[in-house]
Amino acid sequence: MVHAERQHIIQQLRKEILSLQGLKHQPGEHTLRHILGPINSAFPDNSFPLASVHEFLVEGNNNIAATSGFISCIISAIMRNKGVSVWISDTQTIFPPALKSFNIDPDKIIFINGVNQKDRLWVMEEALKCEGLASVITEIKDIDFTASRRFQLAVEKSRVTGFIIRQHLRTLNTNACVSRWKISSIAGETEDNLPGMGFPRWKIELLKIRNGKPGSWEVIWAADHFEFSTPLITLLTEQNNRKVG
Amino acid sequence: MQKRFLSIWFPYLKMDWLTRRRPSLEHIPFVLALPDHGRMMITEANIQAQKSGINTGMVLADARAIYPLLQYLHDNPSPSGKLLHRIAEWCIRYSPWVVVDPPDGLLLDVTGCTQLWGGEANYITSINTRFKKCGYHTRTGMADTIGTAWAISHFGTEKNIIEPCQQKQALTELSAAALRLPADITDRLYRLGLREIGNFISMPRSALRRRFGDLFIQRLQQALGEEEEITQPVCLPEAWQERLPCIDPVTTRTGIEMALQTGLQNLCTRLQHEQKGIRIACLTCYRVDGKTQQISIGTNRASANVRHLFKLFELKLETIDPGLGIELFIVEAKKAEDVPSLQENLWDDQCTIDHPKFGELMDRINGKIGFGHIHRYLPNEHYWPERSIKESTPFYEQPTTEWKIDRPRPIQLLSTPEPIQVTAPIPDYPPMLFRYKGKLHIIKKADGPERIEQEWWLQEGPHRDYYAVEDAEGQRYWLYRSGHYGENQQWYLHGFFA
Repeated sequence: MVHAERQHIIQQLRKEILSLQGLKHQPGEHTLRHILGPINSAFPDNSFPLASVHEFLVEGNNNIAATSGFISCIISAIMRNKGVSVWISDTQTIFPPALKSFNIDPDKIIFINGVNQKDRLWVMEEALKCEGLASVITEIKDIDFTASRRFQLAVEKSRVTGFIIRQHLRTLNTNACVSRWKISSIAGETEDNLPGMGFPRWKIELLKIRNGKPGSWEVIWAADHFEFSTPLITLLTEQNNRKVG
Repeated sequence: MQKRFLSIWFPYLKMDWLTRRRPSLEHIPFVLALPDHGRMMITEANIQAQKSGINTGMVLADARAIYPLLQYLHDNPSPSGKLLHRIAEWCIRYSPWVVVDPPDGLLLDVTGCTQLWGGEANYITSINTRFKKCGYHTRTGMADTIGTAWAISHFGTEKNIIEPCQQKQALTELSAAALRLPADITDRLYRLGLREIGNFISMPRSALRRRFGDLFIQRLQQALGEEEEITQPVCLPEAWQERLPCIDPVTTRTGIEMALQTGLQNLCTRLQHEQKGIRIACLTCYRVDGKTQQISIGTNRASANVRHLFKLFELKLETIDPGLGIELFIVEAKKAEDVPSLQENLWDDQCTIDHPKFGELMDRINGKIGFGHIHRYLPNEHYWPERSIKESTPFYEQPTTEWKIDRPRPIQLLSTPEPIQVTAPIPDYPPMLFRYKGKLHIIKKADGPERIEQEWWLQEGPHRDYYAVEDAEGQRYWLYRSGHYGENQQWYLHGFFA
């Protein structure tokens, strides 16, 4: 009884600390929680931190498609068929009709192409400052600590979610992003070994997250939510349990 | 001060305008004709035609009998009002008071203007030369009154500048039609033998009034200067411009910013009264040493928001070099449009494409990195993948069709498909392995084929058979074979699936 009360008090205190650290609830969180399914346990307060900047590392040439796919899944919840997102890149490779299969209306995404690296940071910051945008995604190679700090300050005020995709990065440095991910494709499985390609299957590694538990999952994108694709036992042994200090 | 008037007559106004646009018509006789009572009547004839004996009012068939190779065009029945109006606006450089004298003349009040050109003769020569350079034939007349000036320009033969107070002598030799009278009064005068103005200029006015009416007397008195003639000048529309002269030349950035802010504020207040907004605006700084510096901004939608426009200018303000100082600022709206009215949303938490905040963000990005970088795509009703999307202009255009999700499409599409080497069992099975950029990929799973034909009415070419394949590492590709087996078929990699 006392133990249960103590747990309850600790939960309340945790929530208070999180809100003091700037974690506020945003519209779109319920849909996102439904979509992310098993991954939710990694986040503070069991919900994906919106209104912050997330970093995605891309290894190799082909995993950028998987990364873009994963990000599209997340922003489909944030956009809720109404909001507008901005995608900034060097040359446009995203094919808009494919985004519809991730439940995003492709005409609600603005693509800004052909921006050089220097100007891309400026454009990202301006877009992050615009209140009312759903999300901003940038493909950029390197980002230093000061720039990421500025982005965080901008989103704290405007409540826009930012995603940075880093491909061919030169140095892996610390920055003020709230999380660091690495997405890669893995071979798919179909039920009963039917011929044909199944749903996309990804290995999602959450390398670091503020106030949360890093982990890795193998998931399938099943049309509108993620599902586990590895058996449960291997999952439990993989997850790290970190005590809150 | 003695008033002076100049009358300019364009005897071949429409023909000269047409000749300007089609230089080949300059040296051949040609006419304009309109259908009238079942036959074509000539309404205008150019100089060459008139020299050959063809005049207005003739039947076109008769004219072509005289000159078989006559060129003719259908006339535009609406009057040449717009053209004359534009010429009148251009003539404001010669005099502030320009009156349009339909159908083909202008009247200028040149009191006090002629000395700037060094005398009346120089003034008239300058006007005539400018018009001649543009291809317009002109005849001019200058006198104390409008009536006399008109008479001289239309009917005068010897000199076209009448000295002050000499209009009575000048008018005496001219024909009665030179008084701008309606045709029936002129007819009556001719029938009574009063062919020249001199014949009746000294007759008692009461007798003339009884026989020819008030209008006749009014015209006569206006020509002689005994009665005032009231005219309506052409007004240029006021430009959307704010001038800010400085007493001391401005050299600091703060100074320039303050001037810009004041100018924009005044300009936007004026625009808001008319519910207009700026699309293209320009700041010109005139320096003390005579050079000018200019920056301009553009917006996606008409905006009268001072803060937003100031931010757009601020991006380019560094390029202004004040030098020794700026003495005049001009803030001008080069293009102003009606501000689109927006419906307010109750729940304004997320902004949509046509929200002004979003438009302002796009303007700022365009101002910094230049136009042409921002793209938005709408579905296009084509199966061919490159054509299945189209750019959205204007920016906030809504899609007219749905996005199709019946067929899987790769999230990444290469701009040009890359050729690969493939081993595939014929006839239709998906490939077993393929080699791309030197690396061998063994295919574990595949979907397909999806045949997309070339749309023959747009482009000729072989069809494509698409396969969605997955290799041993889990990477998913979109391959296609162009054409049938046997003919020059080639396999390509077109995209990557998520």
